[in-house]
Amino acid sequence: MSALKYSEDHEWLRVDDDTTVTIGITDFAQKQLGDVVYVELPEIGQQVTKDEDIAVVESVKAASDIKAPVSGTVLEINSLLSDEPEKVNTDPTGKGWFLKLKLDNPAEIDQLMDEAAYLSSIQE
Amino acid sequence: MSKTELKRTPLHPLHILQNAQMVPFSGYEMPVQYTKGVKQEHLHTRKHAGLFDISHMGQVKLSGDSAAQFLESLLPSRIQNLPHNAQRYSVFINEQGGIIDDLMITNAGDYFFVVINAACKDNDIKYMQSHLPDDCTLEEITDFALLALQGPKAGSVMQRYCPEATELVFMTGAEFTLNSVPCFINRCGYTGEDGFEISIPAEQAENLARSILAEEEVEFIGLGARDSLRLEAGYCLYGHDLDENTSPVEANLNWVISKSRLEDESQSYPGIETIRQQYQHGVERLRVGLLSDGKAPIREGTSILYDQEECIGKVTSGGFGPSVEKPIAIAYINKQYAAVGTQLIVKVRNRIQHVKVVALPFVEHRYYKRRT
Repeated sequence: MSALKYSEDHEWLRVDDDTTVTIGITDFAQKQLGDVVYVELPEIGQQVTKDEDIAVVESVKAASDIKAPVSGTVLEINSLLSDEPEKVNTDPTGKGWFLKLKLDNPAEIDQLMDEAAYLSSIQE
Repeated sequence: MSKTELKRTPLHPLHILQNAQMVPFSGYEMPVQYTKGVKQEHLHTRKHAGLFDISHMGQVKLSGDSAAQFLESLLPSRIQNLPHNAQRYSVFINEQGGIIDDLMITNAGDYFFVVINAACKDNDIKYMQSHLPDDCTLEEITDFALLALQGPKAGSVMQRYCPEATELVFMTGAEFTLNSVPCFINRCGYTGEDGFEISIPAEQAENLARSILAEEEVEFIGLGARDSLRLEAGYCLYGHDLDENTSPVEANLNWVISKSRLEDESQSYPGIETIRQQYQHGVERLRVGLLSDGKAPIREGTSILYDQEECIGKVTSGGFGPSVEKPIAIAYINKQYAAVGTQLIVKVRNRIQHVKVVALPFVEHRYYKRRT
């Protein structure tokens, strides 16, 4: 399993193979959002462009849009979140994953932060 | 409003110490949640007991021979028959019948103890001052904090601090001595649970809060859970479910309107003619509860549809009810669709969700009604 990459919008991204990635939100993000009660995910097959809204996370407090950290096609969504949205809080980088994307341009991965850079960005 | 302009309550240092997430609310810097988060705080209050800092709310002492008549000249309830130590909920209304604020009034014997909303308090006080008769005195109590202790264990916690106060039943209140200081305690709340609101000298508030928080039943609860608890309890939030364009009849608060005062031609208060009309002939829209069978919370401002097109109302408060475990909302809808059981539609981000009109509250009220 490869190391995680991170976006400025607090998503993590795991490279599964040369062309597919798994995406979710970071531990920092889930703490900010609070108790997640609903996650709205895109349709399988949907084309998404980097920075486009691809999901909505509803906490008890409010709704927050989640942006695509890279461009691609939705291959799979985490259907577990439909019944257990709290997995986003309890296991954000594991069972709380959101979706898998087939990358349009694998080079976009290089623009994301590594863990050290991300952790220092949220320290500010 | 910038952060430096925000006011702080006497418990501010304690909120910081307890790692609260502070947010601006009605001109105050207030805790929205502590470390366990809104959902856990909500569930804890329903199961055990929660302590809330509500010191941002306005507290007023109104005294004078004609104080009851004076209050009646501004609102639709009967106050002159309010028994000693009894508390009543009412609303100030304008000439058009719209609600200026909602408030709680306790007959303390020598005076009325009145609690008003933080965001409205300056206006309310000016409003009351401008109509105040010569024989009445109105005093804003600014040197007292206000704490709410809510939940099924509130009574047993209060027993350890002020056993006399546990003699109070729901919607009564009086002066007590608590931790050797004079307090005003009402048995009331905003959660649907048993509980108390304690008005205590500001400099004693942190001491009391610290010792109550040390009780094993009690957790500190922020405004986030205060909102989800009151939504489940079917209570209105001023500025959302009530405003100057909404009458108490539309708000389904007919029980605050004294019928005998409406029938008595000699009675007068702002908006009384509008209220008489509405009371007799009904209104176009009514406040109702909506329960969803979907999963996405239905937020304030969402349009309510009867078929796919016709907009018949709007959500004024909505969210996820942690105890109901479903999205719940308070909405105003056209009267013809307001019957309990009516199936309606909302669109959340263009996805259709079915909702039905339900009787409020969403959770059963569990007040302390009489001595056991």
